[in-house]
This record gives sequence, C-alpha cells and structure tokens, in this order.
Amino acid sequence: MTRRASIGVAVLLVIACLLLPFVVSNYRTFQFTLVLVYAIALLGLNILTGYNGQISLGHGAFYAIGAYTAAVLMDRLGAPYWATVPAAGAVCLVAGFLFGLPALRLEGLYLALATFALGVSMPQLLKYHHLEKWTGGVQGIVIAKPEPPAFLHEAGLRMNSDQWLYFFALTVAAVMFVLGWNLLRGRVGRALIAIRDQHIAAEAMGINSALYKSLAFGVSAMYTGVAGALGAIAVQYVAPDSFTIFLSLVFLVGIVVGGLASISGALYGALFIQFVPNVADEISKAAPWAIFGLFLIGFVYLMPTGVAGAVRMLLVRFTRKGAK
Amino acid sequence: MAESTAARALLRVHNVGVRFGGIVALDDVSFDVAPNCIVGLIGPNGAGKTTLFNCLSRLYQCDCGDIVFGERSLLRVPRHRIAALGIGRTFQNLALFGTMTVLDNVMIGHHSRMRSGFLSNALRLPSVGRDESAATGKAEALIEFLGLKAVAGRRVSDLPIGTQKRVELARALASDPTLLLLDEPASGLNHEEVGILGAVIREIRDRLGVTILLVEHHMNLVMSISDLVVALDFGRKIAQGTPDEVRAHPEVVQAYLGSAC
Ligand SMILES: Nc1ncnc2c1ncn2[C@@H]1O[C@H](COP(=O)(O)OP(=O)(O)OP(=O)(O)O)[C@@H](O)[C@H]1O
Ligand SMILES: [Mg+2]
Repeated sequence: MTRRASIGVAVLLVIACLLLPFVVSNYRTFQFTLVLVYAIALLGLNILTGYNGQISLGHGAFYAIGAYTAAVLMDRLGAPYWATVPAAGAVCLVAGFLFGLPALRLEGLYLALATFALGVSMPQLLKYHHLEKWTGGVQGIVIAKPEPPAFLHEAGLRMNSDQWLYFFALTVAAVMFVLGWNLLRGRVGRALIAIRDQHIAAEAMGINSALYKSLAFGVSAMYTGVAGALGAIAVQYVAPDSFTIFLSLVFLVGIVVGGLASISGALYGALFIQFVPNVADEISKAAPWAIFGLFLIGFVYLMPTGVAGAVRMLLVRFTRKGAK
Repeated sequence: MAESTAARALLRVHNVGVRFGGIVALDDVSFDVAPNCIVGLIGPNGAGKTTLFNCLSRLYQCDCGDIVFGERSLLRVPRHRIAALGIGRTFQNLALFGTMTVLDNVMIGHHSRMRSGFLSNALRLPSVGRDESAATGKAEALIEFLGLKAVAGRRVSDLPIGTQKRVELARALASDPTLLLLDEPASGLNHEEVGILGAVIREIRDRLGVTILLVEHHMNLVMSISDLVVALDFGRKIAQGTPDEVRAHPEVVQAYLGSAC
C-alpha cells in the first residue's frame, strides 16, 4: 500500500472507532469496551511471550491484581475511577518485575509451569479470609458505574455511561498502544526479540538479558494490570471466580490467534476472544465450547501466523498487484 | 624486551586452563596479542580454539589463569559488558537473530553503544530518535561496506550461509570493537569468497584499526594475512611465531598429520 492509502485507511479506522458507540446498541458498545480492555491485556502478554519468548500461562493473575487494585481503591478508599488505572499499572509493574526475577532461572515449559502455578492459585489467594476486609472474600466487590464527566455535558455532548466508558477505554488503549509501539520499534524492542531468537548472541552483543527479561515481565504485567482495572470498571464487579486459570489460557489463545509478536495482533486476538464465544453460543447452546474449538482450529489452520500475519500477507499481495 | 611487548599488549592470555569433566579443553595456554595485529589461532578439531573464544567473551568460566584486556582482567566482567569494553565476535555456527532483518541484526550489534532504556523508548524522547538514527546510519554504512545492501531488508534466516556470515561480521563490527574475534569466518565459503574475505579482514585492520584474533582451518587464508600464528593441540599451545615458523614447526606438522589419518 502506498503511504497515502495507508494514512487513508488509518483515518477511516479512527472515524469508525469514534462513531461506533453512536450507531450500535449500548450492549454492543459495552462489548467493544471489553475488546479494548482485552487488547491492552493481549499486548502486554505479547510483549512477554511473543516478543521476548517467555511463555506465561498465568497472566490472568496480573489481570486480577489490576482489577482488585482498582476495586479496592474505589470501594474502600474512595479513589476516582480514572486514578485507579495508573495505580493498577504501577502495582502490576512491581508484581511482574518481582515475579520475573526468580523466573529468570526457568526456561520454556518450566517457566510455563511456574506461571501456571501463579494463575491457578490467584482465585484462592483472593478468597483468603485475612484479606476479606479488603477483597470482600467470595462475594467480591461491586463498583459504582462511572458517569460521563460534567464538562462533556456542558460542552453539549450528550452520552450515556456505556458510551463514556467506551471512550475512556479507547483513550487508555490508544495511549498504551502508542507507548507499546514506541517501546518495541527501537533499541528495547530489538533487544527483546534478540533474546528470544538467540540469547547467547544477544548477551555477546551487550544486552543485559536478565535485566531485560525481568523488565519485560514487569511491563507485560503492567499492561495486563491496566486492562484488569479497566475491565473491573467496565463490568462494575470483581470476584475471585472471574479470574480463573481459564482467563489466562484465553489470553494465550488471543495472542496466538491474533498473531505472536505483532502489535495489531493484540487487537485481532481481542476481537476473537470477545466475539467468537458469543457466536459459538448462538450456533449451539448445548456445546458452545466445542464450536469455539472448531473456530480455533480453523483459524490456526488457515492463518498459521495469526490474523496479523494473514493481513500482512494480503497487503503484500495487494500492493504487488497495485504496482503491476 | 619481553617486558616491553607485554606492556604494549592489547590482550594477554595468561596460563588459562578449562576442563569439562574429564576433558582438558585448554591447558595452561598463554599468549599476547599486540594492538593492530592479525593473530591466527590454528589447531585440529577439538584443539580448544572455540573454548578460548568463549572464555574471552565470558560464555565459559576459566578454571585457572587470567585474561587481561587493556589494563583489566576479564574474569570478573559479566558477559553482557564484554561488547562495551571493545571485544566483538562472530560465532563458528552462526548465531544470528533469525526472525529479524539484516538491518536489525546489524543494529543490535550497536546495542552496547546506545544508551536509551525502557522509559525513554516508550516515550520516544528526542534523544531516542537521535540515537536510533545514528545507529541506523552506522548499520547502513557497515551493510554497504560488506556488500549487503541488496538484502538489507530481508529476513536473515532466508539468506544463504555465505551471506549470513557477512551479516555476522557486520553485526560484530557495529559495536566498534578494538578486538575482533572471528571463529572460522571462511568455513562454507567458496574459493572466490575466501579471497574476498581475506581482503576484507585486512581492510578492517588497516582502515578501522581493529585488532583481529582469527580462528581458521583454511591454512592459505590464515598464513597469508596473519602477523602472528598460535597453534593449539589438545588444549595445549604447541607453537607460536610468524606464519612460516609455525608452518614448519615439527609439532604442528605432527598435529596436522595426526589429525589427517
Ligand atoms: N560446553 C562444553 N561441554 C563439554 N565439552 C566441551 C564444551 N565445549 C567444548 N568442549 C570440548 O572441549 C574440547 C575443545 O573444543 P573446542 O570447541 O574449543 O574445539 P575447537 O578447537 O574449536 O574445534 P573445531 O575446530 O572443531 O571447532 C573438545 O573436546 C570439546 O568436545
Ligand atoms: Mg571451534
């Protein structure tokens, strides 16, 4: 595609994103808010697993930590909802970095097991009765729905809280994606991939592999934590059983289907994990996960490098034809 | 006389020994590398040449002895600091970043000369932009120098071995090394390519002022470009001298005859 064509497509996409909540129902708007939330979480996991080659089967735990940070801050401490998002990011940055330090000794499947342990134990940790005062135990915490800010109303922009939440999530996602794109397109991004591709040569080139790997863990957890906080605000509720190991596995499915080591792949993966289960449910109420499984196999078979890889290939073909 | 050469040496390998279980890979090996020289390191398969390189780049730990580069001992330097000290290397069995382009591979070679970290990258501060464009410029110049311009945007694992070897050389040079370790750069190259490689190595020394330690089985190449040759066999140094001296040395002749049958 020529530069002008790609700018054109980008502008159209932005306009579509901005108009979306005014043309679809409130429920659909809510679903698209969740797509944005998942996209942030998947970008985080992709930084770790796709770019840096460290497999995590437990990222749902960081999503849970982010969600609970937001819920506790709002419910117990009365913090404004928007302030809980960076706070959840900071908490998860530290948590991820600390988890990443001992994980340095583990590679491949062993790291997968360690992160699995984290993911599988998180719901029970959240139910821990000494923490109940904060976490609400099995009941979880109900969060008030954020209303659109007054200045919008004064400016004559009328929107309901679903629409406002969508725009809030869109803003956070845009910021996180720009930061992620910057991070990955320069020295740090190259170093992360180098460690994944050939860690010995990477160190010989002067890359401090231990530092980069634990920072990648921290940054990845931070993204997922931000997503968790946004998700909690969007669904207005956190409870331990919303964050089972299944969530972690769904994240992994998302980055593989969307495209490993691809920024746009996070968005495709988020669309997949949000909408394919719904479609499957409509097809068969009796066995929706079997239908989901069929979709999954179909996607992986038809697009072995993920949706992002397939899109890239189509674009290349399209450009070649255009050039002829 | 010996004192003065020692003082001027860029690299001093001093009684280095390495064992792997029962195998003695290096046994009391000592030699000096003077600045601006090309030093050839030869020996039959399993002689310990790559092991020595791995000690120099801190991938292996020496069991005894010392390695001094410039003024400082390398034995306590973490391996990711070696490049910044000025030691670059290539690998015997290519160790490129397979999924990345030629340009990105060479730019990673410049990693140790760049400063920006996670936060400044994420915010893309102006300094990051400057750092990146300087690195791109450097990498492009090296790509031009090694005749890789036509493949600069290609994924490196899709390229033939000979080309990949040149990418490794460019990547090693991108760290602005004072000492360059080349582990069998001529293996897998055809006759003509070996000739070109010899000229390139000389040019790296003459034009860029890089000192070179060259491990090579290709005798014509080593003997034609080295100022000094060190021969190893079963981990021991068996000879050291000018190419002619080493070629005629009885133990070297013996070692190579022995390995031929
Ligand atoms: N990581 C290791 N573990 C165990 N043994 C090793 C290791 N690395 C090298 N060796 C052994 O040390 C000895 C020296 O090997 P080295 O690779 O240094 O030889 P070389 O001179 O580079 O040979 P070649 O010309 O075949 O590359 C060999 O016997 C080898 O098997
Ligand atoms: Mg070797």
